[in-house]
Amino acid sequence: MEQIYLDHTSNTPLLPEVREAMAPYLHGEFANPSSLHRGGRKNAKALEEAREKTASLIGARGEEIIFTSCGTEANNFAMKGLAAAHEKKGRHIVVSSIEHFSILHAARRLERQGYRVTRVPVDQAGWVDPQKVREAIAPDTVLISIMHANGEVGTLQSIREIAQVAQEHGILFHTDAVSSCGTIPTNVSELGVAALTLTANQFYGPVGAAALYVRKGTKMLPFFDGGGQEEGRRSGTENLPAIVGMGKAAELALSHMEERTTSLLKLRNRLMEGLISVEEVYLNGHPTQRLPGHVSISVAHVESEPLLLSLDMEGISVASGSACNSKAMKSSHVLQAMGVPELLARGTVVLTLGIGNREEEISVVLDIFPKVVERLRKLNRTPIPQEVRSVR
Amino acid sequence: MKFPIFLDNMSTTRVDPRVLEEMLPYFSEEYGNAASRNHPYGWKAESKVDESRTRISQLIHCDPKEIVFTSGGTESCNLALKGICEIYREKGDHLIVGATEHRAVIDTTRRLERSGFRVTYLPVDKTGLADLEALKREITDKTILIALMYGNHEIGTIHPVTEIGKIAKERGILYFCDAAASQGYIPIDVEAMGIDLLALSAHKIYGPKGIGALYVRKKNPRVRLAPILDGGGAERGMRSGTLNVPAIVGFGKACELALAEMETERERLWKLNEKLRTAIESSLDYVHLNGHPTQRLPNILNMSLEFVEGESILMGINDIAVSSGSACTTATLEPSYVLIALGAGVELAHTSIRFSFGRFNTEEEIDFTAKRVVQTITRLREMSPLYDMAKEGIDLKNVTWKRE
Amino acid sequence: MSYSQKVLDHFNHPRNIGSFEKNEKNVGTGIVGAPECGDVMKLQIKVENDVIVDARFKTFGCGSAIASSSLATEWMKGRTINEAFQIKNTEIVKELSLPPVKIHCSVLAEDAIKAAVEDYRKKKVAGV
Repeated sequence: MEQIYLDHTSNTPLLPEVREAMAPYLHGEFANPSSLHRGGRKNAKALEEAREKTASLIGARGEEIIFTSCGTEANNFAMKGLAAAHEKKGRHIVVSSIEHFSILHAARRLERQGYRVTRVPVDQAGWVDPQKVREAIAPDTVLISIMHANGEVGTLQSIREIAQVAQEHGILFHTDAVSSCGTIPTNVSELGVAALTLTANQFYGPVGAAALYVRKGTKMLPFFDGGGQEEGRRSGTENLPAIVGMGKAAELALSHMEERTTSLLKLRNRLMEGLISVEEVYLNGHPTQRLPGHVSISVAHVESEPLLLSLDMEGISVASGSACNSKAMKSSHVLQAMGVPELLARGTVVLTLGIGNREEEISVVLDIFPKVVERLRKLNRTPIPQEVRSVR
Repeated sequence: MKFPIFLDNMSTTRVDPRVLEEMLPYFSEEYGNAASRNHPYGWKAESKVDESRTRISQLIHCDPKEIVFTSGGTESCNLALKGICEIYREKGDHLIVGATEHRAVIDTTRRLERSGFRVTYLPVDKTGLADLEALKREITDKTILIALMYGNHEIGTIHPVTEIGKIAKERGILYFCDAAASQGYIPIDVEAMGIDLLALSAHKIYGPKGIGALYVRKKNPRVRLAPILDGGGAERGMRSGTLNVPAIVGFGKACELALAEMETERERLWKLNEKLRTAIESSLDYVHLNGHPTQRLPNILNMSLEFVEGESILMGINDIAVSSGSACTTATLEPSYVLIALGAGVELAHTSIRFSFGRFNTEEEIDFTAKRVVQTITRLREMSPLYDMAKEGIDLKNVTWKRE
Repeated sequence: MSYSQKVLDHFNHPRNIGSFEKNEKNVGTGIVGAPECGDVMKLQIKVENDVIVDARFKTFGCGSAIASSSLATEWMKGRTINEAFQIKNTEIVKELSLPPVKIHCSVLAEDAIKAAVEDYRKKKVAGV
């Protein structure tokens, strides 16, 4: 039986066109782009073309793109590189409480180095109120980092409004757009951000290539020191096959965005409505302001692990919380911040659609899901207190 | 014979078809995130990652759990140096670093100097060997780390790592060894060599770009390291981020192949190396070998071909891919600091060419290269005022030059 | 770095390589640069009635340095020494489409031209 893959937040399959674009660089065209000989010069050109394509996806200029190895690196780079370069101005940073760990833990490291960090709370839908960001700003705030969309619960943030607040105070604003970029419009000038993280494997590009956009003229301390690649800001031999793949994937994402979104939304709405129509299954995140392919639900009286395993036996791959989190088996910091009661949070699964998913697959999931839930609930009926139910 | 002939295998290598074959499924059907615990895509990816970890550990004789995946050699060096300095700062603020280390090490220690660490750059002799007596002398009770590479990436000189490891151990100092240039070409045994941290890179041994590793010792002593990539806590908390599964699979296979073929390859490469060197030396005057004559990586031949500037040689032999240490050819536009450290003058760097051989080079290619190099140098020397002067018996060192 | 067609042409087919006897009365010689800087240019002119009738060069340096000096010899031939003295490095940059990192090669060529002309002038004054 074909697996039904509904975990596009942790990884998307590589598109055949992207694989084709990468293929020559995986083997034949292997020269180091820094080399002066013919092969190296040719590959330097391929690198710059990929940079332009990646930049186009977010409405930036090529020179504003720094390639990194993954989103985590780009987020760490943004936090530490920007903070260090502007430390004379101040040592206060504002983030939200539902950021990815690469932001939150980078913030924690900065705290150990003497920075102050304010973590702005979110509402029940996982939304950051721009007003709360405004209130968090101090005279020595140098950096605000709020994600564009949350990969665990799918809620979209009001980035433009937050950017407005940051601009009024002359503070650098970074957004982690890993979950949104390539799926929904992510134009840096429209959003008004000074820095933005994107990663190829979230829009059908390869793992191993991600990027940090940094607005031209923004001071930034290099992250990896060494050979001086990426204008000295990020040393290390460029992962050219992956970068070329990222460029191609970006190009495709930009040209197919509308049709992809339309079909994702259609599938998503059907899936979401079907799932929450099951008794005591609750949607996490914002009902409308959310990523087009994203459903996060908490299933009462069920633990997510047996639920995932049971679904897997039926050929359906889904995730619990974020990919990074699922090993830890702790309740997610995002759900906690949203005030989802621990008992409910434990029964959370995330289903994320991709462009390869079909109507028939949704039908299969909607057929199997209630049966699996019913079976598991019979085995383990943890009572949910009344007050918890009323919160939902 | 296919052109261009690639003799720049120290900059990067062609992915071995056997490596590529093993990677390809992970670009298509096997697209699980190795951290996704709950579905078969994730499981398969995880078990394949573990297999690679084991293969890599066998190349350097360590426990698979001591391997931390990174995005490449540069990140590994940054992680080792910055990670150690952050944790051990209270113990001491002094590092001893080889003068001929890769820029990923030197530029990182320069940055550490800016944040208050003291760094001693250990000189080398004219063959590129570190002075171990000087090393012993420079150690203080504030020294926390010695960073000395194994084989040098430009001249190939191999440091006596076992002795360095012993010195470090005796004084209770951590030893970081950058093996990105030497891995797979000469044997590495972190246990026998007393190495505490070791940097590796896949694309130098016919593996993919975008993946490297840092060996971090777990026992005797247990080395602690602050991550530079904070996040979900992958890789024993030392390096967060999505694991690059296809690249890791390729890295593992590349290590397996390198280990299996090391002995025969070493001999074959050394033969090619000697062949090219003797061919050039027998046809041209004023040529010098840079690096150690014997204690050298089998795949590096660095020569200075006097009176001819490196970039013009590269242009002249443009159907052969090589690199040079001349100012015009380096990323910094400074002549190679590695060659300058040998103490024979900057001219040596400006006229240097590095040939680095690899698995796919043939004898035929070396014969062609020798001919082409001799031809080009002869032509360029006809254009060189310095060659004329030397022929006239003028010592260039005594000439007063009119600089720009 | 990619080289312009003109740089490649001069590099592969350099014009006027060679030397004149530098002690001859009507020969001016300019040597500029230094081996430790990675480039040395030797430019020589043969002058009759203040007109440069022939020119030669030898250069130790990168392809752009070789091309710049080769071009300089071409341009100098047929010009008066005063005209040659006016050749600007920017003209060389333009003609050879040199990238910014190679501008110093053109500067060196201009210096070599001036040095050769000055050498000839000095000789002439001394000879009279």
